[in-house]
Amino acid sequence: MSTQLKPSDIPASAPKARVIVPADLRFEIADLYAAYTDTLDAADYKAWAEFFVDDAMYRIVPRENYIRGFPIATMHCESKGMIEDRAYACEQLNLVQPRVLRHFVSGVTIESAEGSDRFKVGANFLVVQTCFEQMTEIVMAGRYIDDIVRRDGRLLFQSRLCVYDSLLIPTSLVAPV
Amino acid sequence: MTESSTQSNGPNSRQWPDKNISSIPLWVYSDPEIYQLEQERVFGGANWNYVALSAEIPKTGDFVRSNVGDKSVVVTRGADGVANVFVNRCAHRAAAFCKEDHGNATSFMCPYHQWTYDLKGSLTGVPFRRGYKGQGGLGPDFKMPEHGAQQLKVTERNGVIFAAFDHDVESFEDYLGPNMLGYFDRVFDGREIEVLGYTRQRIDCNWKLMFENLKDPYHASVLHVFLITFGLFRLDQESAVEMDETGRHGALISRKGAQALNTATEQMTNFRSDLKLKDPRLIDVAKEFPGDISVVMQTVWPNLILQQQSNTLAMRHLVPRGPNAFDLNWTFFGYADDTPEMRQRRIRQANLMGPAGLVSIDDSEILSMSQKGIRPYPEESAFAEMGGTGTEDTKHMITEAGIRGFYKHYIKVMGL
Repeated sequence: MSTQLKPSDIPASAPKARVIVPADLRFEIADLYAAYTDTLDAADYKAWAEFFVDDAMYRIVPRENYIRGFPIATMHCESKGMIEDRAYACEQLNLVQPRVLRHFVSGVTIESAEGSDRFKVGANFLVVQTCFEQMTEIVMAGRYIDDIVRRDGRLLFQSRLCVYDSLLIPTSLVAPV
Repeated sequence: MTESSTQSNGPNSRQWPDKNISSIPLWVYSDPEIYQLEQERVFGGANWNYVALSAEIPKTGDFVRSNVGDKSVVVTRGADGVANVFVNRCAHRAAAFCKEDHGNATSFMCPYHQWTYDLKGSLTGVPFRRGYKGQGGLGPDFKMPEHGAQQLKVTERNGVIFAAFDHDVESFEDYLGPNMLGYFDRVFDGREIEVLGYTRQRIDCNWKLMFENLKDPYHASVLHVFLITFGLFRLDQESAVEMDETGRHGALISRKGAQALNTATEQMTNFRSDLKLKDPRLIDVAKEFPGDISVVMQTVWPNLILQQQSNTLAMRHLVPRGPNAFDLNWTFFGYADDTPEMRQRRIRQANLMGPAGLVSIDDSEILSMSQKGIRPYPEESAFAEMGGTGTEDTKHMITEAGIRGFYKHYIKVMGL
């Protein structure tokens, strides 16, 4: 018997739970996702860091590590400081071939809500990149697993776990997703 | 295999100009004939290829799929406790019968016609071997032992598994030589290994550029902002480039020193004296190995980079995918007896490495740019005379001796 992956192990499959929240909250969450995506598409990584609370966790993890419980991440930030350090490295420090990155988010699913201040949310993501003299290609496809909290009236990420199905990344992952 | 394919110049029409190892003809990075010859002579033949860590297959029946060159292989743990490696190719119609990347099994059955193999890759079952009602089936001279999955010679040293296609290969210890074996045993000292996870990337350049990158300390002194600024690997630190007798294996060695402005940093334009991390836990390095060496990046011919940079340990396994691409599979690990703090350091410092590594992005990006420069110019050559034209060990970083040593051996193995 091999340890074959069960569909239920894979976060891209149907979420475990779903809750109904008022329309204004639903729109507020949708706006958060749209603003986050828009910020990354604009490659404004300094602004990207402002989507997180001070003790936030941000991780990009290949699906195999997630399912098998391995702790290594492709990107691992365990504080807003580390998120800001990564943002600065993206903008200033690393050698990167020029490209346009574009993010597509679908199926935003609110899995639990505590009043209007705390939510567990999942969503699919797709990231594509376009470089000189190359066809647009997929960087990764996967699922966000998010904890969202309200701080000073604004919804922010307490935790954003990006579990990617793709496993093989084309050459480099040069920016957060 | 015919005599002509293993001797003299082989089937390729290429000749390395004057066997000059300081001038590398660019066709070695892009010619499909060279690529095929490498599969046979560099990854095939009497060469020990890294395939897995023992910790990935601790129990009887555990298996993991791996690669030797571009060939898919299955690495298993037999009932006798011995590791086995066989090709993932059915002896019948050549299907890559093992479709899972890891697991536990008592046998492997090819789904196509249900030919079945044991944990060593030996054929144990053929449906309707005698035919049906006296008709069909295999002839009386069919011998099961002659139709197993091709088995490789296997060695396991202190938690690491290597395999070779040629069963007459020298011992792994002789293959590495005493000095390189010392650096290998420094990390794999017999302690139990814990696998911490994988990352994988397909880099659009020839596999040799990655191998050379780890034999080239010169680039590290100018390219990597993170290494230079935080003193993780710098040319003004006490350092060395060492090789085995053949030149095929190498090690970049560094001792950590204070990072300060000096005459060397003036030429390191990527030194950022003003750079401060908001969360410096990323580079909170704890000394863990005896002696004062803080970095050993070891290249084990032909497909392994053994990374010990600060507290991040990884096997970087190279899998060529045609002349213009290769997969870099990273297996991060620690020791089973690591403290929780050390384990957390390894997880944090892994940010430096892998497909999104704060250091290694620089490498994958520049190597991709190298291949773009190489492809249209097979008849041109690359220049590698930093530190002279020889292949001696050095006590400094401004040298390409490691690259020259690699090609000294490569020319010989490839018959160029």
